[in-house]
Amino acid sequence: MTEQNSRLIIRLEKVMRIYKVGVEHIHALNGIDLQIHENEYVAVMGASGSGKSTLMNMIGCLDRATSGHYELDGEDTTKMSESALARVRNERIGFVFQSFELLGQLTALKNVEMPLIYSRDGWLSRRKRAEKSLERVGLAGRVKHKPNQLSGGEKQRVAIARAMVCNPSILLADEPTGNLDSKISESIMELFDELHRQGQTIIMVTHEEDVARHAQRIIRMADGLIQSDLHVEKDKSKNSVIIKNQQEEIS
Amino acid sequence: MRTLLLAPVIFLRLLYQSVYLALTQIWANKTRSILTTLGIVIGVASVIAVIASLAGLKAKVLSQVETFGSNTIIIQPRRPDKGRYSHLPWWQIRFKPEELEGVMEHCPSVGRFTRASGVGQETIRYGEKSVRNVNINGIEPAWHDIENRPIVLGRKISIIDDSRPVCLIGPELRDKLGLDKDCIGQSIRIGHNTFRVVGVIEQRPEMGFGGGGKESYEVIIPFEMTFKFGDPWIWALAESKSTDVLEEAVAEMRFFLRRTRHIEPWEMETFKVESLKSALKTFNEIALVVTLVAGGVVGISLLVGGVGIMNIMLVSISERTREIGLRKAVGAKKSAILTQFLVESVILCFIGGIFGLGFGKLLTMIISGINPVLEKTYIPGWAIVLSFAFAGSVGLFFGMFPAIKAARLDPIEALRHE
Repeated sequence: MTEQNSRLIIRLEKVMRIYKVGVEHIHALNGIDLQIHENEYVAVMGASGSGKSTLMNMIGCLDRATSGHYELDGEDTTKMSESALARVRNERIGFVFQSFELLGQLTALKNVEMPLIYSRDGWLSRRKRAEKSLERVGLAGRVKHKPNQLSGGEKQRVAIARAMVCNPSILLADEPTGNLDSKISESIMELFDELHRQGQTIIMVTHEEDVARHAQRIIRMADGLIQSDLHVEKDKSKNSVIIKNQQEEIS
Repeated sequence: MRTLLLAPVIFLRLLYQSVYLALTQIWANKTRSILTTLGIVIGVASVIAVIASLAGLKAKVLSQVETFGSNTIIIQPRRPDKGRYSHLPWWQIRFKPEELEGVMEHCPSVGRFTRASGVGQETIRYGEKSVRNVNINGIEPAWHDIENRPIVLGRKISIIDDSRPVCLIGPELRDKLGLDKDCIGQSIRIGHNTFRVVGVIEQRPEMGFGGGGKESYEVIIPFEMTFKFGDPWIWALAESKSTDVLEEAVAEMRFFLRRTRHIEPWEMETFKVESLKSALKTFNEIALVVTLVAGGVVGISLLVGGVGIMNIMLVSISERTREIGLRKAVGAKKSAILTQFLVESVILCFIGGIFGLGFGKLLTMIISGINPVLEKTYIPGWAIVLSFAFAGSVGLFFGMFPAIKAARLDPIEALRHE
């Protein structure tokens, strides 16, 4: 599959993001051009402060560009009102966080239902859809459990189910395995792979090479700029070689 | 157009969801919620108790007035606030029986007039049985026509009884003393004197401002006979010829009494002539002032309660910053977050209101048990509505600032919050 014959989902054009801290101006993003197509599986890597989190927030419509344009599904989000952006987040973006962000007093089902509470059309069918989503991540039997009755891996599965419940255009994962041990990380990554096979577009921030290896495309960032943007082969052993070469380049 | 039609539906969903969320949140923090609402509970309980007591007092007074006529006038001695009489001791202020003679001749608008006297409480004996602390009241025959108290058995005190040892008793006292059902002609001992029962008169529940429990009884004897018990407290009751000349009757009696008591025109009166109508007016004024003062105090306690609510909402929001960030990330709009927290604080206050109502009811029951004056105490419907409306607005008002704060949180910052 190549990006040429699939739909363009994300188009960033000279996107800059400048924070003001006191009198200092911090250029978190320094004019990013980026295109991501449907069903791509992208890993964003980079040292802390490289701007990868800002890029994620930008793509996730949590943050706005200081200048430049960001088109999501062909719509320019730069000029959208705050509540329109909230709707975009609700309908088109699914977030998965490092620390799961599940609400402790709610059951797995209620946690997954949450985005539908704020949706226009999903409200009435929220229970059904949440159950389906939990089934999809392999937690059909854990519906009534609260987060403290679930293992770390299960918690992240619930979070992924929540992110997927609105059928988003993009699944955004921020260090999804950062709080998990390697064995469980692997099973979560397999779940991402599976979602990708089903046609889901995935963008993932990570600093773990093992995790990045699951992606088809690896974007490396430094100083608010894309330093490299590589399409990797499916073959695992080859992936690691390319990644290692890249690593040396940076250092 | 679709957006326009959908807006109320979405709002209702949001409200439903917010109520659900608020209840789970409050349930999850039971102890904290209870402590938070304590201010509201106390505020509402006290407003309920105060309003109920006043309503009860009013009902009692009104029922008393109903038994009298509306053109009844009460004449009592009173020490003035200023002037040379203001330093006189009470025994010099009190009426002497002769001062109240001749009212009917000098006051043309007065239709009926009776002197009355109270000798305080005596012990009544019949055979082996005795009842202590019975009020002994002296009256003149006209009293029956003014007070209109039904005679159950026998006859009234009449003009021929002037200085005869006869008395009227209530049915309860009769039974308590073990007198016959038809006790007419039987003799009882009042203190050291023997009186013959000539009639049974319906017992009136005592106003009893200075105490007097529910078990207080009354024996009515001729006015002149009260002097056998020492120096009685003398007052008088009058009735104007019609309601139209009520004011004239009051004025005439004031003129008459000023003259008999030798009060100069520039001096203040040493007595009070008051129609029940004006007494009622005074009472209503006092009741209003008490309501306002109590309302002010209660309002302050509700404000303090509101500050408590605001404080706990701020704590709650700072604890749930990440949750707010998450909700915003998954698509909650500002208005959704605002509604969630406003609803939570309003519900907290409503819960406080419900508990307050319960405690208020309890307080009311205790109060009505303590003093028979307040036995008619009840909670008016409007007081319930008012206290809930007040609790709700406290929740809305004090919840606003924290809710706005929550709604304004930046999701990125909020999700980074530790």
